[in-house]
Amino acid sequence: MIALKDLSITIASRQVVCGVSLPLEPGKVTALVGESGSGKSMTALAAIGLLPEGARASGRVDLDGQNLLDLPERAMDALRGRRMGMIFQEPMTALNPLMTIGDQVAEGLRRHRGLGRAQALVRARERLDRVGLPAARFPLGLYPHQLSGGQRQRVAIAMAIADAPDLLIADEPTTALDVTTQAQILDLLRGLVRDEGMALWLITHDLAVVSGVADHVAVMQQGRIVEAGATAQVFRTQAHPYTRALFAAARHVPAPSGGTAGGGPLLRVEGAVREYRLPRPALFARRPVLRAVDGVSLDVGIGESVGLVGESGCGKSTLARAILGLDALQGGAIRLDGAGVGPRMPKAQRAQVQAVFQDPFASFDPRWRVDRLVAEPFHLTGRPADWRDRVAEALAEVEIGAEAMSRHIHEFSGGQRQRIAIARALIIRPRLILLDEAVSALDVQVRARILDLLARLRRQHGLAWLFISHDLSVVRAITDRVLVMDAGRIVEEGPTGRILSHPLHPVTRRLVAAAPILPQL
Amino acid sequence: MIPGRHRMGLVAGAALGAIALAMALVSLVWTPFDVTGVDVANRLLPPGGAHPLGTDHLGRDLLSMVMIGARTSLSVALLAVGIGAAVGVPLGLAAAASRGGWLDEAIMRAGDLVFAFPALVTAILITAALGPSAANAMLAIGIFNIPVFARVTRAGALPLWTLDYIRAAEISGKGPARISAEHILPNVASLLIVQGTIQFALGILAEAGLSYVGLGAQPPTPSWGRMLADAQTMVTLAPHVAVVPGLAIVLTVLGLNLLGDGLRDALDPRLKARLT
Amino acid sequence: MLARRLALLALALVVASAVIFAVVDLVPGDPAVFVLGTGARPDTLAALRQQLGLDLPWPTRYARWLGGVLTGDLGTSLAYKAPVAGMILDRVQVSLPLALMALGLAVAVALPVGMLAASRRGRPADALAMGAAQVGIALPNFWFAMLLVLVFAVKLRWLPAGGFPGWSDPLAALRALVLPAVALALPQAAILARVLRSALIETLGQDYIRSARAKGLSRAQVLRRHALRNALIPVLTILGMQFSFLLAGAIIIENVFYLPGLGRLIFQAISQRDLVVVQSAVLVLVAAVILVTFLVDLAYAAVDPRLRGR
Repeated sequence: MIALKDLSITIASRQVVCGVSLPLEPGKVTALVGESGSGKSMTALAAIGLLPEGARASGRVDLDGQNLLDLPERAMDALRGRRMGMIFQEPMTALNPLMTIGDQVAEGLRRHRGLGRAQALVRARERLDRVGLPAARFPLGLYPHQLSGGQRQRVAIAMAIADAPDLLIADEPTTALDVTTQAQILDLLRGLVRDEGMALWLITHDLAVVSGVADHVAVMQQGRIVEAGATAQVFRTQAHPYTRALFAAARHVPAPSGGTAGGGPLLRVEGAVREYRLPRPALFARRPVLRAVDGVSLDVGIGESVGLVGESGCGKSTLARAILGLDALQGGAIRLDGAGVGPRMPKAQRAQVQAVFQDPFASFDPRWRVDRLVAEPFHLTGRPADWRDRVAEALAEVEIGAEAMSRHIHEFSGGQRQRIAIARALIIRPRLILLDEAVSALDVQVRARILDLLARLRRQHGLAWLFISHDLSVVRAITDRVLVMDAGRIVEEGPTGRILSHPLHPVTRRLVAAAPILPQL
Repeated sequence: MIPGRHRMGLVAGAALGAIALAMALVSLVWTPFDVTGVDVANRLLPPGGAHPLGTDHLGRDLLSMVMIGARTSLSVALLAVGIGAAVGVPLGLAAAASRGGWLDEAIMRAGDLVFAFPALVTAILITAALGPSAANAMLAIGIFNIPVFARVTRAGALPLWTLDYIRAAEISGKGPARISAEHILPNVASLLIVQGTIQFALGILAEAGLSYVGLGAQPPTPSWGRMLADAQTMVTLAPHVAVVPGLAIVLTVLGLNLLGDGLRDALDPRLKARLT
Repeated sequence: MLARRLALLALALVVASAVIFAVVDLVPGDPAVFVLGTGARPDTLAALRQQLGLDLPWPTRYARWLGGVLTGDLGTSLAYKAPVAGMILDRVQVSLPLALMALGLAVAVALPVGMLAASRRGRPADALAMGAAQVGIALPNFWFAMLLVLVFAVKLRWLPAGGFPGWSDPLAALRALVLPAVALALPQAAILARVLRSALIETLGQDYIRSARAKGLSRAQVLRRHALRNALIPVLTILGMQFSFLLAGAIIIENVFYLPGLGRLIFQAISQRDLVVVQSAVLVLVAAVILVTFLVDLAYAAVDPRLRGR
């Protein structure tokens, strides 16, 4: 068994992990939960001996009574992959793009067992079958770019468990995947623990993921474990205030925004079709056409909050671009307040809709100051003389002080940036704001506060929201109505509560079943 | 410790570049000796005494020659960077703005075609058509610089176009030209400054090569490359006539390259983020 | 996809030839006057113009020239009255081996230096290698060639200072090309080593390197088995561009060593205003660069499965 004992890590004389003890029992799933920056990934890297340069670990990582921290690098190389494996958050970049998946899975076996290539590939085949990539559809000669994110994460798992290690460390293994894929990967990991008796160390920020999977859980805050124990017990007692705060934030539902909805439709999408032309498969062949949005019709009423949910690749982002008037449609029409929407619409029409995007770090030009950033939409309406007062006002609405105006965006945290993005969307008083995965990248506590803010703004200004997400649980708290999209079409729509409790369409059912939900205690 | 080393490179590079520039500027108003005349009595003097760097086969003071030569070398290389950037950067911005479209394809293919003409070959063609001169060398190097700047600009701009702040500018009603000017160009500026420094250094090397084979500056205009061509037959008798202008080139190019590297590190946001 | 690439290759060659033809054809001055002298009688001039085809409209002249190029007929030198194709072929036998030797040498030096520097990043070996590379990049190759001659030919007398004995004595021919090749190769090796080092460092920071370490590969194994091949992609780009620099450099450096290569042919032709030779020699150089670029494109696809079938 592998166990951490009093493990501490310092980076450039700053202590980032402090006195962590954690047993990792065989045949069990141990979860380490914390917000980003809590030190949980560093702890895992220390255990497997892959800390970045400049980081120092002290304490013990026990394996068979031996402290791995004392081992020379060569000895650690020999243990890695054989006694413990690890998978990471980002499946798109986790595999060598120039090497076949078979060779990548076989590589560790050749190194540790001294197998020949042919023998190692036979074993690699077995492991790929085991992680749900059967030979018929996934031959060994495939390259990573021919696989989806979920499939690549399966290959990464096959690589990590190729030599049946005692311990598999999974660092946010499903964070970059959509919810249905997440559920499948978690199932796979659970099955592996059950069948092969290895220990799984699951590192995540998501309490809901933990609740369905982990036997034991440890909660980490700023480099320290503040609470640990059997999952059911920790979930029940929540002895530490930080644990309670995390739970409260994850369960948070904003106060109902009160019946501003009603009146006529604000946005009306009728039979929208959006096609892409793909590259020619051969020199003089016709370019094939991908129909990303295939006859979608939907309405958003004045002051209404609507969710648009679907798995990645279902066409929801393409539809969002069309609603924002960035792309032209190949069929159908989009009308906002009765007037047409498209790339050539007049500025006054364009000023009716604004957007908040997913990544708070990519949403702002790093060279502009906040006042200029927030004022950018004035390009549509003409910049009023008192524009700086208006910027200050918009910032005040999202609870950011006016002193922020002269600063650059890198001085703000992710949550603050998302508030500033909302201020930018509000400043010209649009009728509709489109939120494209706008809270997905945020930690739970920050997310809860942003959801409150959105609910309040809707109440005060009679705004309509169109909330786009791959995750039903995100839109649950804040929408009146949900539309479910699959393969370019709307497959189901209805009041949020009804969709969540009685999903009819198979895709909706899959989404509802996959959405990790905290047990109500 | 790494940042410290690069800071040193930046300072050393800036100093070497400044010395070359100062020599060129001072030579406009003053040189230690007059180099228009011939002084056969003092030919091929070794360095030292009244002529700190010695004299050439016509008895001309090498320090004065190097100073005046700096003028030709630096101005040709600098103007060639100007030509490359003035044409290449807008093309690169346009290519990135129409990413994947026919304009992008056309600009990039045209760039590939220009790349098939090394500056030397372009200079051969221009010289064959118009006769040799420093201006032709500048034009040849400048033309080669155009696709260099276009590619660097495009490569820097393409990832920016996928970012959400460009989406935000688009839904604020801004068109590709305005977005390129307001958001893209300022964010690729540091890349361009670094590339400009590198092309400046390469331009000095190219100018020297062209003048050396007689496709650049013509007599009596001194340039570092011409001085080396003159020195070639003398090199066994008096090595210093070849060593002096050669060192002038090496030190200037080295300085500019150190400056470019230093700027790259100083302006690289990834590196900066790591330090703060 | 190969068909598309071949079509682009052909297009590039045609456009390049048109550019060369246009520039040379715009030259003021009459080749016939040059050949016969300014005192020639108008009717003899007219006869020669007709013989050279100068009285035809330019599209016809271009078509004739291009047709000749495709059948291996590059015209007749005005100065030497000899077929240009034969002259160029003689000279290519010096310039091409020189450029290839230099390329091989540059790769042979840059590969170990770049790998060493990347694997010892931030340590003295890295600083030393990269310091040397900085100086190497700043060296004008023709000046470096002069210094090499001074040391290895004049002082030590190990190698010839210049001239070319011809390929009938391969050993002597190779000896004659050693110093020029070294002078050409080292500055390029310095550039290549730097590119390789930074490409390796970039790839060593990728997620898949961490995945490979997690399955038990050592630092050295990861460098060899995963990083090097991925780093090869930017290195290939530079290598392709370097060939054109080496070809241009070879032309310049032939002057230092009095080698009878393409460069000397071109410079003589320019001074004699022998434009037929200039035109065709330049076309050969440009076609060589375009072909190498094409081969580099094919090499990308061989290295990177993501580019196959495109």
